[in-house]
Amino acid sequence: MNTAALSTTMALPRWRWKWLLLRRLSQVGILGLFLLGPWAEIWVVKGNLSSNLVLDLLPLTDPFLLLQTAASGHLPETTALLGTSIVAAFYLLVGGRAFCGWVCPVNIVTDTAAWLREKLDLRPRARLSRTTRYWLLATLLLATTVTGVVVWEWVNPVSMLQRGLIFGFGFAWLVLLAVFLFDLLVAQRGWCSHLCPMGATYSLLGAGSVVRVRADDRSRCDDCMECFRVCPEPQVIQPALKGDEQGLGPVITGMNCTNCGRCIDVCDQSVFHFGTRFHNKMEASS
Amino acid sequence: MTREQHAEPAPGPQSPGRRRFLQEMAMTACGTALFGGGVTLYATTASALPAQALRPPGALAEERFLGACVRCGLCVRDCPYDTLDLARLGEPVAVGTPYFVARQVPCEMCEDIPCVKACPTGALDPELTDIDDARMGLAVLIDQETCLNFLGLRCDVCYQVCPLIDEAITLELDHNDRTGKHARFLPTVHSEACTGCGKCEAACVLEKAAIKVVPMALAKGQLGSHYRLGWEEQEKAGKPLLDNIIDLPDRMPASGGLR
Repeated sequence: MNTAALSTTMALPRWRWKWLLLRRLSQVGILGLFLLGPWAEIWVVKGNLSSNLVLDLLPLTDPFLLLQTAASGHLPETTALLGTSIVAAFYLLVGGRAFCGWVCPVNIVTDTAAWLREKLDLRPRARLSRTTRYWLLATLLLATTVTGVVVWEWVNPVSMLQRGLIFGFGFAWLVLLAVFLFDLLVAQRGWCSHLCPMGATYSLLGAGSVVRVRADDRSRCDDCMECFRVCPEPQVIQPALKGDEQGLGPVITGMNCTNCGRCIDVCDQSVFHFGTRFHNKMEASS
Repeated sequence: MTREQHAEPAPGPQSPGRRRFLQEMAMTACGTALFGGGVTLYATTASALPAQALRPPGALAEERFLGACVRCGLCVRDCPYDTLDLARLGEPVAVGTPYFVARQVPCEMCEDIPCVKACPTGALDPELTDIDDARMGLAVLIDQETCLNFLGLRCDVCYQVCPLIDEAITLELDHNDRTGKHARFLPTVHSEACTGCGKCEAACVLEKAAIKVVPMALAKGQLGSHYRLGWEEQEKAGKPLLDNIIDLPDRMPASGGLR
């Protein structure tokens, strides 16, 4: 609030990078922690994002990986179940797709593609449904159940990138290049916002999560459309920002929101801020 | 989507919004099915494990292992001898799964089995508590034509390095027909003791190992389930299986051969 007032009175350009920078720090920092082991023999965390052990004590397991393993017909050991519970509880608090925005390294690849796409003014081509990821998730789980093999892990770009960085790439960079080119040339925000079944799992997991972006000051919106332009899932902004007349509250409740906070960064009117999903009442906006 | 639908006539069986929605659904479902089918086909065809790639101790049977392993690499990290590695894309092993190649770095058979302890999902079975019970594969003296012991020399290296010497590998005395007066000591693997650690294969002095660890399924034959070995049955019974059998002397062929 104060900074906004300050920047208008002093006519300084608003600093628009706070949350983006924090996100990049988080993404790179987490990978850095994983790399400290193999590179410097400092074992803060062992394993990779699929499953790991923090400080030789805390097990963490990716819920999507566990889901696939369970679908294959294998009952995982307690360690993995405990690890998944911890991860699930965490994302239930901070937002399921906070994983996508704040942890997943593929996000850096696809954000770069989206940025470049805009710089080069490439028109959107293929139109994919945003529900494709859920279809894909269901299809893959079915295939896993039928074959007993975690089929997605043969091609999963998310696993491949993080595991590649930590354990060595092989030809996995080709898969990442494919994702980059797909997002750049074929479908706008194609991978993360339309196809990724891992993100879909986190969406479902965090559908009722606590930490949310709120548009409490939506009355100040001057329709500049900047938030819609930068948002990887712009459909989630609409009801919270413009839902006043339909009696919708100011909290962005869409489960596909990645809690990236980019809308907070770019809004000149400081409409958005991080908050909780509670008190989603109308009066907050007036 | 919802706003567009509001602008159009009320949704009904004939409304364009409904038609577009159904069309989109159908396209997405078909596309996903095709893509998912392709991925499944690729995954199942690319999951054949080459014979040289061995799984860590305690690994579930391969088809179950491929469902249970989350490819986290914790077993790789906890292996004190850097034996294990995660397969990279382009290598002939299912991408991201742990394996080792005996000829390069064999399993050292740690008593506390840290790789199994590290596994969070049980893809490496925690039931394995004695490393001697591990069955990563089976050593087979696969080329008797180049094995130095078979040629009549006393190499013995595979026998000497075996962690279960005289159990998993024994030296069987045999007559050397080439010289007519020497003995041969033939390295012989016993599947009831061999863990498949691969130290013999790694140590074989030849350019290419004459003894190799291969997957159990490749190495072992199987008797028909109805087969009974008479001499074992007799021992179990503690007496001849048929009474009043007259054991006639065996007749050998005459020196001039049979007419």
